[in-house]
Amino acid sequence: MTTLIDAPPSDADGILPASKKTSGGGLGQYILVRFLLIFPTIFILVTIVFFLMRITGDPITTAMGGRLPAEQLQERIQNAGYDRPILVQYFEYLGQLATGNFGRTLSDNRAVSEMLATYGSATLELSINALIIALLVGIPLGMIAAQRRDHAPDAVLRVFAILCYATPVFFAGMLLKLTFAVWLGWLPVAGRAKTSSELALTSLQAPTGIYWLDAVRSGNMAALGDVMAHAVLPAVALGLLTAGIFLRLVRTNVIGTLGKDYVEAGRSRGVSEFRLVTKHAYKPALIPIITVMGLQIAVMLGGAVLTEKTFEWKGLGFQLANYLTARDFVAVQGIVVLLAIIVAVTNFIVDIVAALIDPRVRY
Amino acid sequence: MSLVPVNEPVVNPRAPFYRRLPVVSHFQKSVGLQRGMLVAGLILTAIFLLTACFAPLLAPYGYSQLSDADGNFPTQEAPGGKHLLGTTVGGYDVLSRVIWGAQTALFVIVVAVLMSVVIGVILGLVSGYIGGWLDRILVVIADAVYAFPSLLVAIVMAIVISGGQSSLIGGIFAAGTAITLVFIPQYFRVIRAETVRLKAEPFVESAKVVGASNTRIMTRHIYKNATRSLPLIFTLNASEAILILAGLGFLGFGIEPSSAAEWGYDLNKALADTTSGIWWTGLFPGVAIVLTVMGLTLVGESINDLNDPRLRGRKAAGATGGPDSSTAAQAAISADVRGI
Repeated sequence: MTTLIDAPPSDADGILPASKKTSGGGLGQYILVRFLLIFPTIFILVTIVFFLMRITGDPITTAMGGRLPAEQLQERIQNAGYDRPILVQYFEYLGQLATGNFGRTLSDNRAVSEMLATYGSATLELSINALIIALLVGIPLGMIAAQRRDHAPDAVLRVFAILCYATPVFFAGMLLKLTFAVWLGWLPVAGRAKTSSELALTSLQAPTGIYWLDAVRSGNMAALGDVMAHAVLPAVALGLLTAGIFLRLVRTNVIGTLGKDYVEAGRSRGVSEFRLVTKHAYKPALIPIITVMGLQIAVMLGGAVLTEKTFEWKGLGFQLANYLTARDFVAVQGIVVLLAIIVAVTNFIVDIVAALIDPRVRY
Repeated sequence: MSLVPVNEPVVNPRAPFYRRLPVVSHFQKSVGLQRGMLVAGLILTAIFLLTACFAPLLAPYGYSQLSDADGNFPTQEAPGGKHLLGTTVGGYDVLSRVIWGAQTALFVIVVAVLMSVVIGVILGLVSGYIGGWLDRILVVIADAVYAFPSLLVAIVMAIVISGGQSSLIGGIFAAGTAITLVFIPQYFRVIRAETVRLKAEPFVESAKVVGASNTRIMTRHIYKNATRSLPLIFTLNASEAILILAGLGFLGFGIEPSSAAEWGYDLNKALADTTSGIWWTGLFPGVAIVLTVMGLTLVGESINDLNDPRLRGRKAAGATGGPDSSTAAQAAISADVRGI
């Protein structure tokens, strides 16, 4: 997934000696090198995004062009500093990013960092819910498919897995919405909560922004039920997308470990087939799954953008779609950069977890 | 998708040419369920290709047609009668849009996959063969782009290419190029890894001794050997390309309805219909996407499984059956080790 490349020596020089004290060489050093690798990844993505977005011209002309008279447009460009050389702007942008300043959005003139904080928690909540669904569905079904390999259950589950992957998350969402919200009327159509519970939750002291967590903390059970009802359909739509991939992974890896000698030994000792799959074969099969989960985070974030648009879930993806329509590329750039950071950091965490579980990874 | 370096199935080199073609050779090795999945995938893919090629003959109306001799089409009409699958809020015929959409999808796949194969293979060869700092930089960039959500990469590229405005004529090209950037790292990684491995092989050394130039070694000796795993990535990427195109269309970066039919765009417009219980505008383009992606994925997955001896079903496995299939897997692996 992530190839190990040399960390930039300038960064490494100051910190490397310190690691010698804390670690016996292997793990500590691996974590450090892997940590330092986050920065070039983010830096490259920020650079690519910045220059690509500027090829089309300055953001103000794109957002306001045709709606403002030429002189006013010129004045705004000058005020925002977009008429200076691109390299100057680039280094200024990097400097701002380092201090957490993402600029101000053009369409509704608010600080991008504040916008990211407000909507980021909604996306986080959606992703956590979806991940829970994906694991709950994917892992047991994958074990069943491996156990009943080449038989009817396996065939059905493999087609199900491909179906999960082949269905665009917004189409799955649309079908779920149509069935459970419009026709059966069991669940709400869209949004994160009713207006009343939303008001109750946002007026809390220091809200986390994750609604069910806030509802539990404040003991507001009515709001909790409401939030849960709203969360089901988006979580299932996004969760199924990833569940298919987990199912496939678990199946392949459990089949691999089921063929090992120690499983055969367990069987000869009279260990039940159920226990063989769920304990003996499953645990070693987890390692490759954890490494692949890092890439799934990226898939999930991409899917979250589409899910949020489908269910009007007011998170980063929903905002991204709005800002795209408004041609507000300062905001778009901010969201993309934040997602780049999230992806880089999760990949780091996943690699560390993999290294802790399996010492062979620390090369 | 997974990027496991794969080996082509070992086929008898003396078999007739057509039997050594990727899909044909895989078909012959498959048994039971695996063969069923491969055949199902091939059928779905064939239907998709035929629909795309013969869209002008199959579609009852044009993709942007709003009226015929009897006057304007009704809007949001339920399926049946003159409009088999109903009409959209804009008054388009759903069936015609679905059929024409296959053509758009095929164009985009061809543009995206061709461009990414060409660029990815060239970069991979050069990077792997030359090595050094060029290799390092390209690997870091490719890894960074690869780790990023592909839909977001495509969005950024779509902004760059069409300037944020949905272009009319270049719509297909723009979408194709946007998807290309997503795929280049995948081809790059596979080809580079193979090139690095092949560079150390004796036949490259002998070519050097004979006096072949670097360009010749890259284009003749290494290229031919490094591109064996491409059919697999190709099918998997084709299905991903459709999903990304639909995602772009759904977010409003699609192709305008007046210039081509695009499933994702239609789903975007259908989203508002669902709350009022209008299902036909969204269901049919969505089903078209699912079936096409499923067909391509089934083909790709089957090839992948057939290339991997651990996952390849054996005739013996089907015969002994029972819950004891791990033994069969073990047998399959040892059989492979023995070189049967």
